[in-house]
Amino acid sequence: MDFALSKEHVLLQELYRKFAENEVKPLAQEIDEEEKFPKEIVDKLGKYGMLGIAFPTEYGGQGADYLAYIMCVEQLAKFCGTTATIVAAHSSLCVYPIFAFGTEEQKRKYLPDLTSGRKLGGFALTEPGAGTDSSMQQTKAVKDGDNYILNGTKCFITNGGEADVYIVATMTDKSKGNHGITSFIVEKGTPGFSFGKHEKKMGIRGSATCDLVFENAVIPAKNMIGQEGQGFKIMMQTLDAGRISMAALAMGLGEGAFDITVKYVKERKQFGRSIASFQNTQFELADIKTKLDAAQLICYRAACEKDAGRPFSMYAAQAKYLCASTASDVTRRCLQLFGGYGYMREYDIERMMRDAKITEIYEGTNEVQKIVIANHLKIK
Amino acid sequence: MKIVVCVKQVPDTTEVKLDPKTNTLIRDGVPSIINPDDKAGIEAALELKERLNDGSTVTIVSMGPPQADVALREALAMGADEAYLLSDRKFGGSDTYATSTIVAAGVAKIGYDIVITGRQAIDGDTAQVGPQIAEHLGIPQVSYAEDIQIEGKTVVVKRKYEDREHVLELPIPCLITALAELASPRYMSVRGVMDAYRVKQVKILTFEDLKDMFNPDYIGLQGSPTNVFKSFPKQAKGKGEYYPDLSADEAVNTIVAKLEEKHII
Repeated sequence: MDFALSKEHVLLQELYRKFAENEVKPLAQEIDEEEKFPKEIVDKLGKYGMLGIAFPTEYGGQGADYLAYIMCVEQLAKFCGTTATIVAAHSSLCVYPIFAFGTEEQKRKYLPDLTSGRKLGGFALTEPGAGTDSSMQQTKAVKDGDNYILNGTKCFITNGGEADVYIVATMTDKSKGNHGITSFIVEKGTPGFSFGKHEKKMGIRGSATCDLVFENAVIPAKNMIGQEGQGFKIMMQTLDAGRISMAALAMGLGEGAFDITVKYVKERKQFGRSIASFQNTQFELADIKTKLDAAQLICYRAACEKDAGRPFSMYAAQAKYLCASTASDVTRRCLQLFGGYGYMREYDIERMMRDAKITEIYEGTNEVQKIVIANHLKIK
Repeated sequence: MKIVVCVKQVPDTTEVKLDPKTNTLIRDGVPSIINPDDKAGIEAALELKERLNDGSTVTIVSMGPPQADVALREALAMGADEAYLLSDRKFGGSDTYATSTIVAAGVAKIGYDIVITGRQAIDGDTAQVGPQIAEHLGIPQVSYAEDIQIEGKTVVVKRKYEDREHVLELPIPCLITALAELASPRYMSVRGVMDAYRVKQVKILTFEDLKDMFNPDYIGLQGSPTNVFKSFPKQAKGKGEYYPDLSADEAVNTIVAKLEEKHII
C-alpha cells in the first residue's frame, strides 16, 4: 500500500495550489463580504480545465481520475469555501449524472459546454417539504405528448440563477413513492422556469442559493435522464459520488484554517513570547493536525476506491461524515487560538468557521451519513 | 520555427534562508521552482508559437540533476512540445562558463532557430549564462527583452534600460534573454499535466551524448574558471563624514579634495 501520490497527482496539486493562491485567495474576503458570485474565477477555472477534470476527453473533459478532481476542490477550499462549492456542485451534481446516466445524444449536447465551463451546472432535489426526506417530492411532471409539464418549487439550490443547466427531480407517479420520481435536464430560459430571491446565508456567502420555480414549464421528454421512475436512484447515486468531493471541500477548509493558524501563533506574542511556545497551542495544533490527516486519508481512500471501480458508498459516507465534523471542529478551535483577532472579519478564520458549518448539512447531513454507514454494517 | 527555451530549476528564494555560519543557502526543504525570468521566456515562446500558428515548436532545455525533471514536466504541461534534461555527474560543480559550454552544446545538438533564456537565475544572480551561450553558438544576442515580435525573417526585440527602451532587430538564428516582465506565465492545464507525463517525454542527454560538441576540459567543477568564494548579505554602508553649514563653493572644494585623496580623480 503506497500512500505517496503519483507524480501526476503531485503536479496537478501544484497547479491547483498555485491557481488557488494567486487567483482565489485575493478575492475570498470580498466574495464573502459582498456575497458576490465570483464569475471571473469560474471563467478562469473553465479555461484551465478545472470544471471537467474527471470526464473523458471525448466529451471535452480533461481525462483525469476522481482523485485528481477532489484534490482540486480541496485546494480551492483552503482559500474560499464559495469557489470550491461552485465547482463541486457543478461537477459532481450536474456534469456527473449526465455523464453517468444520460443518453449518448444528451452527453454530446450538454457535456462539451459544461466540461469547458462555457456553461455552469446545478442540481435541484431539495424542496421546502423535502430535505433529508427527499422522497417527499411535490414538484410534478405531467406527460403531454412529446413534453412534460413541470409545476413546483425547489429551494436552497446551489448555483441557482447562475447555472445554465439543472438536473431536476420531479414526481411523475405519486402512487409509486420513490419509484415514481423522474429526473430531467432543464435549461435556464425555459418559459415557465424562473428563480426566486437569493438566500442570505451564514457562510459560503458568494455561492448563489435560491429557489427554482416551475409554472407550467414545458420540458421536452428527450430531456429525461434515465427512465421514468428511475429519478430517485439516479439522484441517490449522484449524491453518493458527490459526497466525496464535499468531504474534500470540508477538508480543504480545515487545512486552510490550520495553515493560517500556524502562521499566526508564531507571530503573535503574549507574556514576552510567541503563543506558539505555549504547550496548549502546541497540543491543540498537534491534535488538529492528526485529525485533519486522518480525514484526508479516508477521503482519498474513498476516491481511490471509486477510481478502482470497487464499491465506495460506505467510504464516501464515512469521508463526508468525518471530514465535515472535523472541519467544523477544527475551524472553531483554530479561531480560539487567534483569540480576539479571530472574531474580527478582517481575519479569514471566522469566515472559514462559518463556511465549514454547511459541510455537515448539505449533500446529506451528518445524520444521513450515519444511516448510510449503519446500513452497510447490516446490523438491523 | 524551432524555439528553444533554456530554463533552470532553482530554490524558491522567497522561502530560503542563509546559513549564518557558512553564508550559503539552506536548500533543504525549500520548494523548487522554475526560475521566474525563464518562466516568462517559456510563456513568450508559447505565445510566439501560437501567433505564428505554422507548426512552430517550443523545446525546453535544462541542465540539472534528475530532480529537475519536474520543472521540465511543468513546462510541458504549460504547452511546450518537448524537453531535454542535460544531466550527468560530470556536469556537477559547473560555474557559469562551464554551464554555458554544456547548455550551448545541448542546444546545438537539438537544433534551434531562436533561443530564449532568462536574464538571470534567482539563486546565482550572475546574468552571465544566456549571453555566454550566444557566444558559444556564435549567434547575435539581445538581453533584457521586454517584448519579442517575429516579422518574417527578423526578430524585433524591445530591450529595457533603467530609464528608456531600445528597439532592436535581429536575424534568425539569435538568442534573447528574457525579463520576468516579458510575459505573464500561464498556468498548466489539467490536460497539460496528463500529457506531460503520458504523451510527452523528457529526453536525457548525458556526457556521452554531448562529448563531441564541447571541450571536456571546460565542464564540471574541474573545468570551471571561477568558483564561489563567499556569499554574504550586503552590509549597510558606514555613517560617513558629515559637513554641515558649508557654502556651495566650500562643499565643492571638500568633495573634490576627498575624491583626490581616494585617488578616484
